[in-house]
Amino acid sequence: MKYSFYNLVRNSFSYHENWEKAWSSPELKPEYDVIIVGGGGHGLGTAYYLAKEFGVKNIAVLEKGWIGGGNTGRNTTIIRSNYLWDESAALYNHAVNLWEGLSSELNFNVMFSQRGLFHLAHSVHDMQEITRRGYSNYLNGIDAEILNQEQVAKKIPHMNMHGRYPVLGALLQRRAGTARHDAVAWGYARAAENLGVDIIQNCEVKGIDISNGKVVGLQTTKGSVKVDKVGLVPAGHSSVLADMAGFTLPINSVPLQALVSEPIKPILDCVIMSNSVHVYVSQSDKGELVVGAGSDAYNSYSQRGSFDMIEHMMAPLVELFPIFSRLKMLRSWGGIVDITPDRSPIIGKTPVKDLFINCGWGTGGFKATPGSAHVFAETVAKGEPNDIAAPFSLDRHYSGALVDEAAAAAVAH
Amino acid sequence: MFVIKCPYCGERDQTEFSCHGEAHIARPDNPAEVSDEEWGEYLFFRNNPKGIHFERWTHDHGCRRWFNVMRDTVSDKIIKTYKMGDQKPGVQDV
Repeated sequence: MKYSFYNLVRNSFSYHENWEKAWSSPELKPEYDVIIVGGGGHGLGTAYYLAKEFGVKNIAVLEKGWIGGGNTGRNTTIIRSNYLWDESAALYNHAVNLWEGLSSELNFNVMFSQRGLFHLAHSVHDMQEITRRGYSNYLNGIDAEILNQEQVAKKIPHMNMHGRYPVLGALLQRRAGTARHDAVAWGYARAAENLGVDIIQNCEVKGIDISNGKVVGLQTTKGSVKVDKVGLVPAGHSSVLADMAGFTLPINSVPLQALVSEPIKPILDCVIMSNSVHVYVSQSDKGELVVGAGSDAYNSYSQRGSFDMIEHMMAPLVELFPIFSRLKMLRSWGGIVDITPDRSPIIGKTPVKDLFINCGWGTGGFKATPGSAHVFAETVAKGEPNDIAAPFSLDRHYSGALVDEAAAAAVAH
Repeated sequence: MFVIKCPYCGERDQTEFSCHGEAHIARPDNPAEVSDEEWGEYLFFRNNPKGIHFERWTHDHGCRRWFNVMRDTVSDKIIKTYKMGDQKPGVQDV
């Protein structure tokens, strides 16, 4: 059933009790052409684009928990593309271009809100960094405005411009913003199922069957299944799946936390990011402040971060916004993020034939969801990455051609 | 986690320490001769297990010495801490 004003009115006559389910719970079939492992935004999106643009008919998405229950539902929903390097700019801007049409494409309101993102500068070095990155963005066709102190103060009147680390300026991307993370997973799931994709929840992959160097099947908690091609999109558990297929990855899995405050009246109409004092904050449509910062430095699969990191998030927030100091924080949670050496993702082929991987998005995968899914679908369908995905191959860790975004921004993002 | 037993100072709060990744990685003796694959494996590729992990920590706000930790990455429980150069504990220590 198409979501439309007409259907909204029509269903209101039956008290909204007859809406059909957005997606069903099919049984696992014995054989598929393509299986995507991981039912987050990236995985569901991959299945959607495979079915829609690359004509693959027989697809399943396997999710060990519930769809969107991993990092898709655990992030701070920030979307931007103002990356330094050409390779990253192409990838993340491809995503922003797709974000802009996503709600109508999926017939599902993902609440994409281009409210603008201010990346703050607190020192001469920061000013030089945002200037360099701003000009790099211009050259890559990404919108960027370099603002001075006065301009920032005018835009964000509640912010303390003269704290211990004064705000000297900011890099503004107006096309950046936020989206509703759950809706992204749900929208892709519904649209994918309409194209015939089987979405199998509560189905954990326990083993990968390989014959003569080619993937031939999967062992799951719902039985074994034969398959021609497999795409692994397992945020947080990439190394665990790679281990099943007999190879290792240049990845460490660490906890990343976020938290939200009690809902308040509208006060912040943009996204604020600061790498130097290290916090990012936006206000959700419900009125909660959504706050995030750095990840823990140790490997963990526990989906909870250490307590002292919360103080590391709150201190810079209160420094920048003293007006928030008496807000109560309602919830905090952790996700497990896959950190690569260069803080750029890994998209492409693996040592096993017809087994592809899309992982290592670190602390910033949500913003890339449609772009990542789109380029990975092409990689799986054609067996080779396209021009956007090619620089992010696993092989770059042997050749040394890293896409070093860690150095570009001084922190993981 | 929260409390870590430094082999030199005893039990201290986790905030005094920092973690520096997988332990017991040997640098190739002949860097000029190894292949790009071997050098890449040494530089970047890590075990990252869901379970028992061996890792290096420093007691930054204490004795500032390095030591190794054997820890379960699922529960974050520390099984053993030991000095650099000590033999890697076996699974029988779990």
